[in-house]
Amino acid sequence: MPTDSSPPVSAAPAPQAPFSATPGGALIHNIGYRHYDGPRLGRSYARRSLFSQSLRGAYGLGRSARTKVLPMLLFAVMCLPAAIMVAVAVFTKASSLPVSYTHYAIYLQAVIGLYLAAQAPQSVSRDLRFKTVPLYFSRPIERGDYVAAKFAAMASALFILTAAPLLVLYTGALLAKLDFLDQTKGLGQGLVSVALLSLLFAGIGLVISALTPRRGFGVAAVIAVLTIPYGAVSAVQGIAAIQGSEAAVGWLGLFSPITLIDGVQATFLGGTTSFPDHLAPSTAAGGVYLLVTLIAIAGFYALLMLRYRKAGL
Amino acid sequence: MIVTESLSKRFPRVTALDRLSVDIGPGVTGLVGANGAGKSTLIKILLGLAPATEGSAHVLGLDVTKDGAAIRERVGYMPEHDCLPPDVSATEFVVHMARMSGLPPTAARERTADTLRHVGLYEERYRPMGGYSTGMKQRVKLAQALVHDPQLVFLDEPTNGLDPVGRDEMLGLIRRVHTDFGISVLVTSHLLGELERTCDHVVVIDGGKLLRSSSTDEFTQATASLAVEVTDTDRCPDGTAALRSALVAAGAVVSDAVGTESLASSGHVLYVEASSEETHDLVRDTVAGLGLGLIRMEQRRHRIAEVFRDADAESNAEANTGAGAAVATAAPSFSSSAVSSSAGVPGTPYAPHAPQEGGASDAD
Repeated sequence: MPTDSSPPVSAAPAPQAPFSATPGGALIHNIGYRHYDGPRLGRSYARRSLFSQSLRGAYGLGRSARTKVLPMLLFAVMCLPAAIMVAVAVFTKASSLPVSYTHYAIYLQAVIGLYLAAQAPQSVSRDLRFKTVPLYFSRPIERGDYVAAKFAAMASALFILTAAPLLVLYTGALLAKLDFLDQTKGLGQGLVSVALLSLLFAGIGLVISALTPRRGFGVAAVIAVLTIPYGAVSAVQGIAAIQGSEAAVGWLGLFSPITLIDGVQATFLGGTTSFPDHLAPSTAAGGVYLLVTLIAIAGFYALLMLRYRKAGL
Repeated sequence: MIVTESLSKRFPRVTALDRLSVDIGPGVTGLVGANGAGKSTLIKILLGLAPATEGSAHVLGLDVTKDGAAIRERVGYMPEHDCLPPDVSATEFVVHMARMSGLPPTAARERTADTLRHVGLYEERYRPMGGYSTGMKQRVKLAQALVHDPQLVFLDEPTNGLDPVGRDEMLGLIRRVHTDFGISVLVTSHLLGELERTCDHVVVIDGGKLLRSSSTDEFTQATASLAVEVTDTDRCPDGTAALRSALVAAGAVVSDAVGTESLASSGHVLYVEASSEETHDLVRDTVAGLGLGLIRMEQRRHRIAEVFRDADAESNAEANTGAGAAVATAAPSFSSSAVSSSAGVPGTPYAPHAPQEGGASDAD
């Protein structure tokens, strides 16, 4: 029965009294119970459905109006500075944008952090809290599908959040008649860097949220994990820079998520870091940055798989 | 529908299932057992979500270890616990669950509207589920298990938390799932009175072991009796006594209200052993001949609870011979079940006219 070409919903005749006539000539149909013999699209379709439902949910679509406010607001906040910069660039006929594509997300990391803290628990803690997870696993999908769909949805939601302002910048740059090749290359580099950032942040957010069915804890924990290491790393980097150990500044960036991405984009994607004195890690150190980033993404994915290992009914 | 062969599931400390072999056919099947008897473990294994320690199980002819996904596509599952997010509407939730079962978007929406209507949710279905009553929540849970038109549904304690009216409605709905929708049902419960009304077949497990598996008819119809109640007339001031002697004279086996002194009305009820259809005619003719008014004549059957009294006796016997602590624990747990189905406490003499729960169950 999995696939056949009959119409989606069978119109098999009802067992008893299919319809009765009313004086007006209208028919009242008593269709009874109808069996479904249309296609059943199986696991991969279910996985895609879960992905799109989670992605829409991350922006409050398909949920109550109240849940749309925060993500939409943060999306607007994310794009607004880009729009202002573009306006300034167009009016002042500047020769370059005031901020590079790869750097934009780093500047607005607080907004990204807030978005992640709000939406990652929404995506996974709710399923745990309201015990919806067993309903998923009593259907064709398996835990790998669930984790993949949730991870992909969170990363895509972050990518939309971080890539949209880059497109605004790009459009503005072209309107301001800046060099097309330069700008396109910058945009490409920017998109690669925010893609890495989205994957890394999605992993962090989901792993933390999947540990607790309480949404509030999830929100607080995500914010803490994103900001505390960043604060610590920045402080220690500042001290190291004053003491003149520039190599140490480069290596210290490995220890917080956002500086990790910063290091990668500075080394490979033609940007500059937000480290003290815009010190960039050496190419070797940059390689380590990239490696650590990829390992971290894979590690978070594996942790998430581990988390749902025992999630049966 | 479901076949298991010496299915066992052992955890480091407990044995959840112990060489369980059952063969469950189409229809409504009740799975009875006290809490911790292994009902949920069995459902998990049948859905292909937990590996069995040993033995094999087939659902719809598919092997649970190899074809878990295929089984889950054709089977519905209604969990015992609450599983509904409060901030989405029933429609949205069930549509999503339909898609998770592989239904294309349009079909998912149509099936959702149909299914919610069949379980009795109308305008409420557009409201967030947080505001639903327990009865409505149970209906949504049932709808999400039926939305993909499965061939078989597992219902885990569907009447949990419902008041008597809601319970009756849910049981009626479960019956309809089989009779009107043609979907086979495996329903778990620890309340016996419920299953006897809805099920064609009852499987009793305890401590992971099979205690009994047989059709409801088999152990409720074996000794049917007729309950007869008549009016008194001027000619026969004590109609019941008159009928009694007339029936005995006609050769029928009549017992009266012995054992139900507790029932106020019992003095007016006669129980006639109904060996065949002719007994009905005999009673009718006798009543008419005496010119009495027939208030009621209904069929009474053995109740499932008696099985538990048997099981009780057996387990006591086994316990006495020192066989298996697991079985010995059956005694207290089943006594409590028997009480809650208000079919008399274990140890009381045979009482086919035990007080009724809903009244409707035994009236054929």
